[in-house]
Parts: sequence; C-alpha cells; structure tokens
Amino acid sequence: MKRLTLRLGLLLVGFNLAVGLLTFFWTPHDPGAMIGGRLSPPSWTHWAGTDRLGRDFLSQVMVGARIALLVGAGATLLGGAVGISLGVLAAYARRGLDDAFAAALDILIAFPTLLLAMLVVAASETASLGTAILAIGLAMSAIIARLARILTKRVLAQDYVTAARCSGLSWARLTRTHVLPNILPTLAVALAAQFGLAVIAEASLSYLGLGAPPPNASWGTLLQQAQSTVHRAPIGVILPGLALVSLVLGINFLADGLRDLLDPEREGAE
Amino acid sequence: MTRYLLRRSFVLALSLIAAGLALFVLLRLLPGDPAAALLGVGATEAQIAAARAQIGSDLPIPAQFARFMTDLARFDLGESFVTQAPVLPEIGRRLQVTLPLTLAAFLLAILVATPLGILAALWAGDWRGTLLSGFSQLGLAVPVFWIGILLVWVLAVNLRLLPASGFPMRGWEDPAGSFRALILPVLTIALVMSASLMRYVRSAALDVLGSDYLRNARALGASLPEAIRRHALRNGALPVISVLGIELATTLLGAVVVERVFALPGLGSMLLLAIQQRDYPSVQGVLLVSTLMVLLIGFAADVLQRLIDPRLRERGRRPGE
Repeated sequence: MKRLTLRLGLLLVGFNLAVGLLTFFWTPHDPGAMIGGRLSPPSWTHWAGTDRLGRDFLSQVMVGARIALLVGAGATLLGGAVGISLGVLAAYARRGLDDAFAAALDILIAFPTLLLAMLVVAASETASLGTAILAIGLAMSAIIARLARILTKRVLAQDYVTAARCSGLSWARLTRTHVLPNILPTLAVALAAQFGLAVIAEASLSYLGLGAPPPNASWGTLLQQAQSTVHRAPIGVILPGLALVSLVLGINFLADGLRDLLDPEREGAE
Repeated sequence: MTRYLLRRSFVLALSLIAAGLALFVLLRLLPGDPAAALLGVGATEAQIAAARAQIGSDLPIPAQFARFMTDLARFDLGESFVTQAPVLPEIGRRLQVTLPLTLAAFLLAILVATPLGILAALWAGDWRGTLLSGFSQLGLAVPVFWIGILLVWVLAVNLRLLPASGFPMRGWEDPAGSFRALILPVLTIALVMSASLMRYVRSAALDVLGSDYLRNARALGASLPEAIRRHALRNGALPVISVLGIELATTLLGAVVVERVFALPGLGSMLLLAIQQRDYPSVQGVLLVSTLMVLLIGFAADVLQRLIDPRLRERGRRPGE
C-alpha cells in the first residue's frame, strides 16, 4: 500500500515533469500559432482540438506543466526554508519576542497566498513567473512558520525535553536530536500539501488574470478562457483541469509515501 | 486565564496597529501616483496638485500616517477613487455576500469532514479507510475554481437546475433568490474544504489513536468510544483548531476565485476590481477589514486552544520558566 502511493506519486509527477521538459524541445504544434479552425473538436491533427483563436490546445496544456512545476517548486523551496527557520526560532525566543513573532505571523497569515500574490502582482505592475514564485513562497512561509512554532512548542513542553535541558544539552543539539525529528514528519506533510497548493495558487492567480502573461499560458489561464465556451468545447475545461489534478495528486501521493518512510512510528497505524 | 486573555487582547490590539502600519507602508510602496490614478490620463499639473492636496498625498509621510490612523480610529476608510462612494458601506454590502458564502461553506465542511476524518482514521488499513482517504486526496488536488466550473457545466448549463452565476441586484431583499444564487458557490467551497479538513482530522485522530495514553486507557478497561471521548477528542482537537482558524481565514479571503467563477459581488471581487483599477482607498479598506477579521479568527483559535489544553495554560511556555 505504502509503496503503491509512492509509486503512483512518482509516476504522476514524473509524467508531468517529463511533459514539461519535453516542451522545451517539442510540442505537437507551436502553442502560439493560430493554425486551426476556431474551437474545432479533437481530430488527428489536433488531438485535443483548438481554442477559440485556433491554437492547438494539447500543445498549450503541455506547456502549462512546465509553468506549474517551476512556480510550485520555487515557491515551496522559498516558503519551507524561510518558514521552518522562523518558526523554530520563534518557539525558542523569550516570551515578548515570541509573542511579537506570533503576532507578526498572524498578520502575515492575514494575507493568504492568493491575496498576497495579488498585491505583489499589483505592486510589480508586470506579472511574471518570478513575482508568482516570490508571492506564493512568502505567503507559504508564514503558514509553515506558524505550524513549525506550534509543533516546536509542543515538543518543548514535553518532560523529556526538560530532562535533556537539565542534563546540559545545548539548544543546537536539542534542536537536532529532539525538535527537528519530531516536527519534520508533520512539516513534510504540510510542505508537500503546500507544494500542491502552490501549484493551485499559481493556477488561481492566472485564472484571475494576474498570472504570467501569454504565450506561457498557465493551466489557470486556459481554464479561464475555456469557461465561457464550455457548452461548445467541454474539453477546454476538462483537459487543463485533469492535468492540474494529476500533478497535484502526484505531489500529494509522493508526500504521503515519503512520510510513511520518514515516520516509522506510524507503521502500525497504516 | 484572565491574565492570558488580557495579554492576548493587548497583543491583538498591537497586531492591529502593526497591520495598519504595514498596510500603510505597503500601499505607499505601490508604484504610480494615486492622484494621477484618480484623475486618469490627460489631467493637467494643476489638477494633479489639487487632487494631491485633496487626498493628502502631498503631506510628509509621518503626517500622512497620522492622518491615516486618525481616519481609522473614526472608522473612516475614505472614498473610492473610481465611484467616489465611501468605501466602508461598500465593504458592508460586499460582506453580505462573502460572509454567508464563507460561513455556510465552513460549517458544511466541518459537519462533513469531522465524522469522515475520524472514520477514516478508525478504518485505516481496510478498504473503507482507503476509499475515504482517496476522496480526501482527490479533493485536495482539485482547484476550487475547477470544481466550480464543472458544477456550473453539469448543474447549471446542462441540467438547468440552478443559476450559473450572478447575485440579485438588491441583495437579500429576495431571500429565496439570493439563497439559490449561493447554493452552487457554497457547495463548491465546502467540497474542496472538507477534503482538506478531513485529512487533518484523520491525521490528528491517527496520532491520538496510536498514542500510549490511549493504549493505557484501553488497558485499564475503558471501551474504545469511552477512551476516545475522555482522552482522544481534546488531544486530537488541538492541531485541528489551529488548522481550522487558518482555513476559515483563507476561505474568507480566498473566496475571490469562487466569486469570480460565479460572478458574485463579494469582497474578493471588490479587491480584484480595485487592484485592476488602482483604486487605492478601496484596496486599503478591503485589506484592513480582512486583516481585522483574520486577526480576530486567530485570537479565537488561540483562546480555544488554551481552554482545551491545560498544558498550554500551566506550563506550556517553555522549559526553565
């Protein structure tokens, strides 16, 4: 069962990654070229039909994989690094400092991923992949930091930590031997979920018209364009959505599989 | 507890001031001259100068901040650059859509997710648990706006059961119409939200079910339901409450996407429009009100956790204190 989740995850993410990499060299047609009829149905030349400007739809969906992975991975790396460091430090800090941290996190969380991203886009005037990564990653770091802080505090409240402190263990070693091993499995699950959510957040931004501009069409942009023609060309709504779900599902599977490997305590429960 | 409440309220007040400051700085960092944005292209220098004086953007930054804070203290969020209407009443109108939408979806999601999550933990390992986890996995991977589009396609376009989009112009004067307009959006949010909540409930329940104290309780003769009621619920609720707070806040503000799918005149669509039109007073107003709501939710979640967990109350600060 465990292996199966991990394998499914590897398969789905691997597939999306392969497609994303492939688009650097080859797509069935030029995704930006208006070469077919408007909203033509799937055919041998256009496997997924064309969009309302006559562009090959499959090629566009394939390019979407590249953008989704790039933004998702970039944002997760940024959010994880910043979030875990801040969260653990806050839990160790003195009372006043810790409260200030907690309050600052509350404020940061007051701007959920999407909202903060909207602001960053507004501030930078031109939306790009970079602004999306920065915005989504920063918003994520607040969520991760808050979770890391709560988890760390729960570990620090345990008797064995007090015992370890009494026996003279330094904060650095305490973090390495007791805190991190206890909080990382939960954080890994959260981070993986956040990776998936980052992919979704990117698509949402694009759906709102605030994502990276064409011709690097994100799945969100494709969905937004196809929504008004859903009665004539349902595939325009179905294909990008399925691609998005397959990637996020794969990431989540991968995370679950990894957690089971990382956390031997859970072995009996699954 | 009283001391904690006082201290936490003080922190809340400080947070509000800090949030006001952060917003003030953030909005001054935005590119473009708000006075120019107010008048549009073709305005003369004199007109722009007059507009600056009118909105106060010609004052030095500290004076601007003082004015900003006093306006806030009087609940004056200014007027929209675009419509010239006061911002606060407009936010109130928008909340009449966003609040019912979010709260109904939130409650529905909790009602669905809590029992399903606990069942998924109890059934972990057999096919029923796998099925429930599969549902939750799928729900987590599905973007909320895609669910919305699919629901519209199936229920509104094909079956013509419910309105595909829009909200009655006159708000809640026709409750049945407003209610019908909100059914699909609420379903959309609740579906996605319950999947993610269920995952947290399941994970918390698994943690508790695998714990030594529960095994001890069972060894001492408590039945499983009894042991769960006395020991598992409180312990399991802690991480879930913290997640619930974040989830509610995210949904409240993240409703912007769902509002866009269903063309609802909510707070999110107000913000999106204001950003596109560079309508700073509206952006600022929406963000301030959102921040206030989110801080209040965080406050409630923290207090709730304290009430439930005596360890946080008595010695939860940190060792050596």
